[in-house]
Amino acid sequence: MSRHLRSIEELGVDGIRTLLDLAGHMAEVNRRSIPKVPALRGKTVVSLFFEDSTRTRLSFETAAKRLSADVMTFSASSSSANKGESLRDTVETLDAMGIDAVVVRHKSSGVPWQIARWTDASIVNAGDGWHAHPTQALLDCYTIRDRLPGRRFDDLHVAIVGDVKHSRVARSDVAALRALGARVTVVAPPTLLPPSLDGWGVEVSHDLDAVVGARGSDALDVAYVLRMQLERQEQALVPTLREYTSCFGLTPERAARLPDHALVMHPGPMNRGVEIAPEVADSPRSVVTAQVANGVAVRMAVLYWLLGSGADLAKEAE
Amino acid sequence: MSTTLVLKGGDVVDQAGRRRADVVVVDGMIAAVGPDLDAPTGAQVLDAAGCLVSPGLVDLHTHLREPGKEEAETVETGSRAAALGGFTAVLAMPNTTPAIDSAAMVREVIELGRRASLCDVYVSGAITVGRGGERLAPLAEMAALGVRFFTDDGNGVQDTRLMRRALEYASGLGVTLAQHCEDDALCAGGVMHEGEWSSRLGLAGQPSEAEELMVLRDLALSRLTGARVHFQHLSTRRSVALVREARAAGLPVSCEATPHHFTLTHAECASYDPVFKVNPPLRTDADVAAVKVGLGDGTIDAIATDHAPHAPHTKELPFDQAPPGMLGLETALALALTELTLPVEEVLALLSWRPAMVGGMAERHGGPVTPGRAANLAVVDPAHEWVVDPNALASKARNTPYAGRRLRGRVRHTVFGGVAVVVDAEAQR
Repeated sequence: MSRHLRSIEELGVDGIRTLLDLAGHMAEVNRRSIPKVPALRGKTVVSLFFEDSTRTRLSFETAAKRLSADVMTFSASSSSANKGESLRDTVETLDAMGIDAVVVRHKSSGVPWQIARWTDASIVNAGDGWHAHPTQALLDCYTIRDRLPGRRFDDLHVAIVGDVKHSRVARSDVAALRALGARVTVVAPPTLLPPSLDGWGVEVSHDLDAVVGARGSDALDVAYVLRMQLERQEQALVPTLREYTSCFGLTPERAARLPDHALVMHPGPMNRGVEIAPEVADSPRSVVTAQVANGVAVRMAVLYWLLGSGADLAKEAE
Repeated sequence: MSTTLVLKGGDVVDQAGRRRADVVVVDGMIAAVGPDLDAPTGAQVLDAAGCLVSPGLVDLHTHLREPGKEEAETVETGSRAAALGGFTAVLAMPNTTPAIDSAAMVREVIELGRRASLCDVYVSGAITVGRGGERLAPLAEMAALGVRFFTDDGNGVQDTRLMRRALEYASGLGVTLAQHCEDDALCAGGVMHEGEWSSRLGLAGQPSEAEELMVLRDLALSRLTGARVHFQHLSTRRSVALVREARAAGLPVSCEATPHHFTLTHAECASYDPVFKVNPPLRTDADVAAVKVGLGDGTIDAIATDHAPHAPHTKELPFDQAPPGMLGLETALALALTELTLPVEEVLALLSWRPAMVGGMAERHGGPVTPGRAANLAVVDPAHEWVVDPNALASKARNTPYAGRRLRGRVRHTVFGGVAVVVDAEAQR
């Protein structure tokens, strides 16, 4: 049985901690003058992206190359998927070539579970529908741990602001942060929350002003802003984007009311001026660029954890 | 040349109760029923020891896929699956390609059923042209060919005014309109039951209320027009309660429920296996419990399979893109015997004589098992245990959600029109 990384729930809290620690070692590799180790030499990683996401794909491919894996890229727009080939045929074709891991992105929730039935390779979920984006959650947790040194997760309060309903990032971040013990408040109009939050272990607010201005035991440590899809206003989920920004946008005024130490995070790509003001995105408390940088280290950790020999990384690196 | 068949050593079960009796069938008709009858020379004798001899089962909800999707099922393969499941009558749904919305299409499917000759294939007609929900289909022309049941199944008729007109018109023909209850606007984009699991799995939901709204609307229309309405595949706790209340108030309504809605819940979707995608969707434990109560207290008239074959390459898609539907004909009886805590007589009532009444098939199907009646019978071994193997099914498709499940109760023989079409669980045609 191959090991997979399909969701935070499958990984569990011990797995999260293992990968965050491993990512720390990978970050050290990335600081070297030649940021490359032979750990996955001879391994083949396929990036199978049915949905455009240049940044996530490049992050994974960079991670694989720094571990000396061979990388094959399948992008749906220029491939057999456009000629009507089924998902199953595509996966079985890749499998026949002899591959070790498939990094998959698909607009439909659950695809990583389906394709695991058709290949022996390890599956890495690079985002499935509204469901999960576990490497994003890991890099977010890594970034929080790195930028709030000395703080424990079970002492942190994170607000996730925006379109939780349609967000795989929100689902995976909630799962990871709750597993690590953090307090999580989701902030959105009811139309942008899932129909049920049973079992999520989160608090709910529809008042961003109250959440950013909270002090004492309710004070925020992280304001995590989700991308607002422009088409949501056409589905009667919000009346207008302007109204969304005025109620749920992280404006300079709201950011100024956050506690001094609080971080601002965003999974990218940002709609500047919609869910986050440009001044806030570029302010010192914003760690958006660090998230991207840490993404490479976290994805190296994931690939190494899935495909590595199990030997000590330091020895592998020699 | 007369043909004689004897079912020996079983207990006859029908609406008159249960008694030890052999059944002698001559030329398609039941000739004698009684204990320890002698088999005439030359008669085919089928062992029924330890078995129940029941009127053949009747399915009010079968998708045979022909014409249009012969890759998934044909009238012949579906009829064979039906016979193996103990059914001697099925009601073919009209959502074929093209839809069964004209006399010509009705004739074609009836003829395909006659040719297969494994069970009676009754045909339901579409309420609206092309099941498009815009114009009434020629109900009278189809009724003249014997069609007694009309539905746009797969779709509910959304337009309230059109549904009112359809009910009024149908009441003049003495036919029944059946509804797939789903408010499209409220369900838009939904691929599973809306709730805890859809939220967690990141799949768009179909709220229970989308079904209940249409049940409520059609109860109002039945009251307004006095016309009969049959509710197909009810799946929610409140739908069952609404129908219970309406029946108590004397409205002329009937309803059915499927085996999957009393055996599976939305938690199954966590595997993202599209074999669990069905419409109406699998719902909650409370809904499953309420369907069981409705089956037990008489609110629900019939267990109907909603047998919906899909070829593997069309079903093995991402969950949100896969077509809804699951196989049902070959597992329905065993699921009912295994999962319902009802006496076997009541299970058979729900699968045979009550649906035969609702579907207007009581002349030939659903018993009683008495001399002079057409010999459409199922011989059921209620104790036989078996494990569902998708590859062993007679249906062309493989989309059963019960692969690997251990069930109790099996159809041993099926007699259709006096002919043993299934003997010892093997199809003879």
